[in-house]
Amino acid sequence: MRRLVGFWFFLAAVAFFFLPWQLQEEGFFAFEWLASYPDERTASGFFYAISDRPWLWVVLLPVLAGGGALFFDRADPRFGRKLIWAGVLGIAYTLLQGFAIGLQGLGWSSLVAVFGEIDVQQFGFGWGATLILSAFLVWISLGVAALGHFRGDAFVSGGVVVSSALIIAFVFYPIATMLFGAVTDEEGHLALDLFVRRLLADDIWSVACLTGGTRCGVMFNTILMGTLTGFLSTMMGLGFALVVVRTQMPYRKLMRALTILPIITPPFVISLAIVVLFGRTGIVTWFLEYAFGIPPARWIYGLPGVLISQLLSQIPVAFLVMIGVVEGISPSLEEASQTLGASRWQTFRTVTWPLLRPGLAAAFLLGFVESLADFGNPLVLGGNFDVLSTKIFFAIVGAQHDPGRAAMLAILLLSLTLGAFWIQMRWLGKQSYVTVTGKGDSGLAAELPSTLRRILYWTTIPWAVFTLITYAIVIVGGFVHDIGRFDMTFTWRHYLDAFRIEQIDRGLFFSGSAWDSLSTTVQVSAISAPLTAALGLLVAYLLARQRFAGQRTFEFMTMLSFAIPGTVVGVSYILAFNIPPLEMTGTGLILVICFVFRNMPVGVRAGMAALAQIDKSLDEASLTLGARTGQTVWRVVMPLLRPAIVATLVFSFVHAMTAVSAVIFLTSARHNMATAYIVGRVEAGEFALAIAYSSVLILVMALAIVLIQLVVGKRQLGRRGQQVAAFGGH
Amino acid sequence: MNTRPFFGLAIAAATVVFAVPASAQGQLSLYCSVQEEWCRPMAAEFERQTGIKVNMTRKSSGETYAQVKAERQNPRGDVWWGGTGDPHLQAAEEGLTVEYKSPMLKDLYDWAVRQAELSKFRTVGIYSGALGYSFNTRTLAQKGLPEPKCWRDLTNPAYRGEVQVADPNSSGTSYTMLATFVQMFGEEQAFDFMKLLHRNINQYTRSGAAPARSAATGESLIGITFLHDAVTQVLAGAPVKIVAPCEGTGYEIGSMSIIKGTRNLANAKKFYDWALTPATQALGEKANSFQIPSNKNSKVPDAAPKMQDITLIQYDFQRFGGSAERERLLQRWGKEVRSGS
Repeated sequence: MRRLVGFWFFLAAVAFFFLPWQLQEEGFFAFEWLASYPDERTASGFFYAISDRPWLWVVLLPVLAGGGALFFDRADPRFGRKLIWAGVLGIAYTLLQGFAIGLQGLGWSSLVAVFGEIDVQQFGFGWGATLILSAFLVWISLGVAALGHFRGDAFVSGGVVVSSALIIAFVFYPIATMLFGAVTDEEGHLALDLFVRRLLADDIWSVACLTGGTRCGVMFNTILMGTLTGFLSTMMGLGFALVVVRTQMPYRKLMRALTILPIITPPFVISLAIVVLFGRTGIVTWFLEYAFGIPPARWIYGLPGVLISQLLSQIPVAFLVMIGVVEGISPSLEEASQTLGASRWQTFRTVTWPLLRPGLAAAFLLGFVESLADFGNPLVLGGNFDVLSTKIFFAIVGAQHDPGRAAMLAILLLSLTLGAFWIQMRWLGKQSYVTVTGKGDSGLAAELPSTLRRILYWTTIPWAVFTLITYAIVIVGGFVHDIGRFDMTFTWRHYLDAFRIEQIDRGLFFSGSAWDSLSTTVQVSAISAPLTAALGLLVAYLLARQRFAGQRTFEFMTMLSFAIPGTVVGVSYILAFNIPPLEMTGTGLILVICFVFRNMPVGVRAGMAALAQIDKSLDEASLTLGARTGQTVWRVVMPLLRPAIVATLVFSFVHAMTAVSAVIFLTSARHNMATAYIVGRVEAGEFALAIAYSSVLILVMALAIVLIQLVVGKRQLGRRGQQVAAFGGH
Repeated sequence: MNTRPFFGLAIAAATVVFAVPASAQGQLSLYCSVQEEWCRPMAAEFERQTGIKVNMTRKSSGETYAQVKAERQNPRGDVWWGGTGDPHLQAAEEGLTVEYKSPMLKDLYDWAVRQAELSKFRTVGIYSGALGYSFNTRTLAQKGLPEPKCWRDLTNPAYRGEVQVADPNSSGTSYTMLATFVQMFGEEQAFDFMKLLHRNINQYTRSGAAPARSAATGESLIGITFLHDAVTQVLAGAPVKIVAPCEGTGYEIGSMSIIKGTRNLANAKKFYDWALTPATQALGEKANSFQIPSNKNSKVPDAAPKMQDITLIQYDFQRFGGSAERERLLQRWGKEVRSGS
């Protein structure tokens, strides 16, 4: 432990005296600065301190104080206390000076009164500042462990302290900034009247469409769309699950395979197919006119179109949730009901249905929350039907550029999703839904009432066919001239537009328009997936295997980012990370961080579930034999967790490639993402290019999934046959 | 633990992905506000000829203006190329762009140079085109509707839900329309007219040229755009007819500016000069964009709408490219037209 303290003291000193203090223009991970080091932009904290930023000297004090801990013995409580104080004060001061003195010199008027104007621009933290902050964090965790907390285990205390700090910085801080942004004006002054005006704006709350007006406010629209999507997708998901589990329909296995499609499809691609089918000149529209004389109309643009496309992507997800629940219902309960004389319909209504409630609630919630956050589909098909997510987008990206209004709308969106979570918890209450028990369970599932079965067939089969047709259109659309106008001549043109490679005298030249965004997307996904898995599994290990004070709070913190819609994350990130000291917008780093913290909860859940199966005595054996905690995790726990690792890697990779709602705010000219690019093409009506690009994305994802499974490998348990590798979904 | 043979494979794959060679010639971040189809060859061609890595984003001109303004403390773009002149002029007035007198100025038409003079050489004209609309002949025949010929025809209740135009907040095209109406009809009448027109609008799109595409596929009967955007659809074989309204119409001077605080000024100037050459301006026609180029030596595309056949108004760029005026008109539009449904 003393060695670690010394090592970080050394690093902090190097960082202060030699490494560039500020963020470099080329980004955090670019090393162009080496060429011009040291100059005005690339100088270290020390150089700035002796030239025009004397306040940086103060940073050196906690660094020295932390190093001073080495004068004490590890067992001496002064050792731990000194480290903690040095770390806490160091972090506090470094952040304080970064926030106070930004791009416009001293930004806080109360401080100007004391120190006078400071005419120095400070940019975001670079390598120097970041390393020093890391040293402070490490010292805090070492100090805490030295004082005997976390049973004196430095690995555990380090894990808890560092992951908490990261979550505070990248989940809580942005949300807090956003809340702050909603109550301030453009200059950052508190303006409550502005907040009230933003909150009560008529285009948010109006319900004029109910009373004969033309349009409703965005709140009404959003809730209507979310509720309908949640309700219908849950019902259809349940229908599909019942058909697959409880009937003998042929090809029902195929339905299971179909559910993978929406998971690997960039979501808004479906809305393209909808336009081709139901648009005013669409195939179905044309047929209806030809066969029944129904005049073509634009009904699809608005709620109907948005709803259909949301359902196409949400029903498979609801199905995945419901099938687990339906399979889990013990048939013996239903048998008991029938033995007692209930009809099949009574049994379904009084036994089966109530047992489905947790699944129904979960599926509804997913549909509701996902459709609220989604934004590709309303953008393409919304017409004049505004929802919160698109309003937020235009408030940030549009010409009116009003971050305060965007923050206000994002808060409304956040409260809707949190409200939905809360209602779900209330509805389920504290009843017991346990049906899988250790007792013998050999009953056969009751057959469905025949009316119900017929209804199910008549709804699920057409929908499955419809899903297949939409995907067929997506595939065909990439290979024909212009599917929007039925110019069905075969062509490779769209693929060439996107992925052309030419040979010029300097070598290969990637002149296709999609190469830039594709390479960024693959890089960001490939970097963020292992980080997500590492952080998620570390947190899972801490939660499942360790006991420490504040564990519940820690668990809540790690799961919170799951309840925040992507759109809200996007807005909060640009508000928080657009300005120093944590300045990251326009870099690739912000994309990576965004994905890591969006997807981490899935890693946590997967890891905790897997750890629950592994006997704790294995870890204990390793510890008893003298391994340290870190070693035990690496050598014993990790190999046993391979299925969870694969699941997390696949999930976070796939999600990073297909997510839109958060990243669309964070892309820049230099770091554009595939989905953001495709949304733009869709909007401009370049359907074919969008489709071609999407199909290549799907291919890349399939390759990546295979690669991940090969690299991580499967776990080998005894001489048992190979375990089935887990596969991630939503 | 045994060595895993696939580890090497993973590393190989990673090398391929990450080995994006950093260009020795430096970079250029290009904000492009014309059709993506034209932005792409511009970026690729410049990169091919100079070796400078171009990072291009396409956004409508109103949106690009908002972005440049939002980033003014910490600019991330270098050159803003294309899009209607008004937001460029507004950016120039607000000091968001820098002065540059290109050696190419002497080869440009007067209207392009006037644009530069108006902005104290902070922007320059690169093309021009007239405003108008196009309609889908097939849908028109099916519905048995009269053929529109003038702006006033568009408010005919028979076209309810049949007209599409962009949102003037995001699109320069649509702002040009707004400014045109104000200049032709006078401000009060113009807003009364747009309120009537609003009843017939089925959707306000983000991008200015999107309505031309909607008219081409028949998703909308009428699309208000620049005429050259409609020409693109005609040449692609769409059943649309282009209308230069009988009352006369306004026009745009597509512009280009260098963003203040650019980190690649030398490359930005290189691009600026290059973009004004006849060879570069010829890229537009190849990319199905039929504006009239600003260099006198550039060939005017055969398909470009003939300016002599169109009644053009005296468009007051100074007034309508002014910051305060543009904001005032947009706010009034948002309040009275868009949400006054």
